Amino acid sequence: MRNIVFGYGISRPRAIDMDNNDLRKSGDIIAEMPELQACIGCGSCTASCTAGRLTDFNFRKLHTAVRRGEYKGVYAELSKCMLCGKCRLVCPRGINTRGLVMLIKRKLGDF
Amino acid sequence: MAYRVVVVGGGAAGMQTAIELKSRGVEPIIVERDIELGGKARGWHKLFPTFTPAADVIRPLAQRVKDMHIRCFYGQEVTQIAHDGVTLRSEERIPADAVVVATGFTLFDAHRKQEYGYGLYDNVVTSVDLERMMIGGKVTLADGSEPKRIAILHCVGSRDEKVGQKHCSKVCCITGVKQAIELKEMYPTADVFNFYMDIRMFGAGYEELYREAQERYNVHFVRGRISEAAETIEKRIQIKAEDTLTGRPLRMTVDMLVLLVGMSANYDNPQLAASAGLTLAPNGYFKARDSFLGVVHSEREGIFFAGTATAPKSLADTLAEASLTASAVDAYLKNKFNVK
Ligand SMILES: Cc1cc2nc3c(=O)[nH]c(=O)nc-3n(C[C@H](O)[C@H](O)[C@H](O)COP(=O)(O)OP(=O)(O)OC[C@H]3O[C@@H](n4cnc5c(N)ncnc54)[C@H](O)[C@@H]3O)c2cc1C
Ligand code: SF4
Ligand code: SF4
Ligand code: SF4
Repeated sequence: MRNIVFGYGISRPRAIDMDNNDLRKSGDIIAEMPELQACIGCGSCTASCTAGRLTDFNFRKLHTAVRRGEYKGVYAELSKCMLCGKCRLVCPRGINTRGLVMLIKRKLGDF
Repeated sequence: MAYRVVVVGGGAAGMQTAIELKSRGVEPIIVERDIELGGKARGWHKLFPTFTPAADVIRPLAQRVKDMHIRCFYGQEVTQIAHDGVTLRSEERIPADAVVVATGFTLFDAHRKQEYGYGLYDNVVTSVDLERMMIGGKVTLADGSEPKRIAILHCVGSRDEKVGQKHCSKVCCITGVKQAIELKEMYPTADVFNFYMDIRMFGAGYEELYREAQERYNVHFVRGRISEAAETIEKRIQIKAEDTLTGRPLRMTVDMLVLLVGMSANYDNPQLAASAGLTLAPNGYFKARDSFLGVVHSEREGIFFAGTATAPKSLADTLAEASLTASAVDAYLKNKFNVK
């Protein structure tokens, strides 16, 4: 039988669910690097990112999502980073963004 | 004989203007609608950005007014203003050689943003309620228990055409940062989330305090405006927003929602302005003669402004401006009466 597509179906809610997300991991990351909370979402890291020039890798979105307890796919996505450190040169809040890549990978490694 | 100046309003601006005028040998009279001096700042616990008790600023000012024997009318409302005096609601007229409008601002009424449930849900409070609780020494939920998760919403009744308040109230961002820190000091294990559209840290030391809230107190800042709040059966508050920095909707339940209410123009400004022949800015505040060289001057000779009657301002800015007002009034009187 042919599949009829009506244009809608059941999809996973897109909302970030702060009641059920596991915020312990993000809490651990923030505890190790409290300055991450000082991020003002300026996007300089993404703008200067070497990996972001060639792929849709968006470091700002990624680490913001991690702070909200959204880890799915983050580890794999971070593999696109080549640790060049350009982002760290530009962050106006002085966040060790390259170190953050490693920190998130380390904390999410077993995820 | 000393020249007489009526100062309308006995808040921080009115008190400081009167004190400075008196020390210049002018005879100020304060007309205050309330039964005591101090204005809104009487309702604040500690002041941003230094956590100075508000009473340490307001009480000495009120004391100086008393010590200098400045005449005050209490419980009297000014309904008409002219360059040569004011008229009270009682229809009594107080003649003067100049008038200072220091009538301040009005707190935005959070009931008007029905989607946040203020007045409907027990654990939705305003920044003003929070100050009151802090003065009382304790911030708790309606049932007396400790909040574990708190959301603070910026721009309630500011930057919002839906309630006719297009302007930025200037002081609420830093108030939100201050209150987040105070809540974290009170409840170190609680999670505090500030939901904002823009963070505006205009004053000396403000940006530094913002960063301290983030880095030292681990306050979470989420860029996105809460669209609605609903009460759960356990009297918690469910909120929805977009986390615009990840581009995804966000939902969470909190124990307490704090609304950072804005500074609106006084409702009687149109009436006062019409009586004096003054114009109002589009946001309803009094319009100064010039944005640079005439910030405390009105468009009419003999009528001056002090403090938040012209725009939202911090207490420090209000006090600095009030001193400027006194010097402008003094210069005007000397010029008018040809005093050498
Ligand atoms: C939630 C909140 C927290 C704040 N916290 C801080 C802080 O921590 N630090 C800081 O620097 N600033 C703070 N501010 C700002 C501060 O409150 C103002 O800068 C200050 O109150 C302005 O003083 P004012 O005299 O201009 O006005 P007001 O305080 O409004 O005083 C005006 C006075 O005029 C009287 N009046 C008005 N109309 C009439 C009339 N027709 N006839 C007679 N009397 C009249 C009123 O009764 C009132 O007493 C805060 C503001 C808000 C909203
Ligand atoms: S270190 Fe990684 S995230 Fe930073 S600019 Fe280089 S590739 Fe991008
Ligand atoms: S450059 Fe720094 S402050 Fe800007 S978004 Fe990246 S981490 Fe945040
Ligand atoms: S100061 Fe901040 S919270 Fe207040 S109106 Fe302006 S942007 Fe909104």
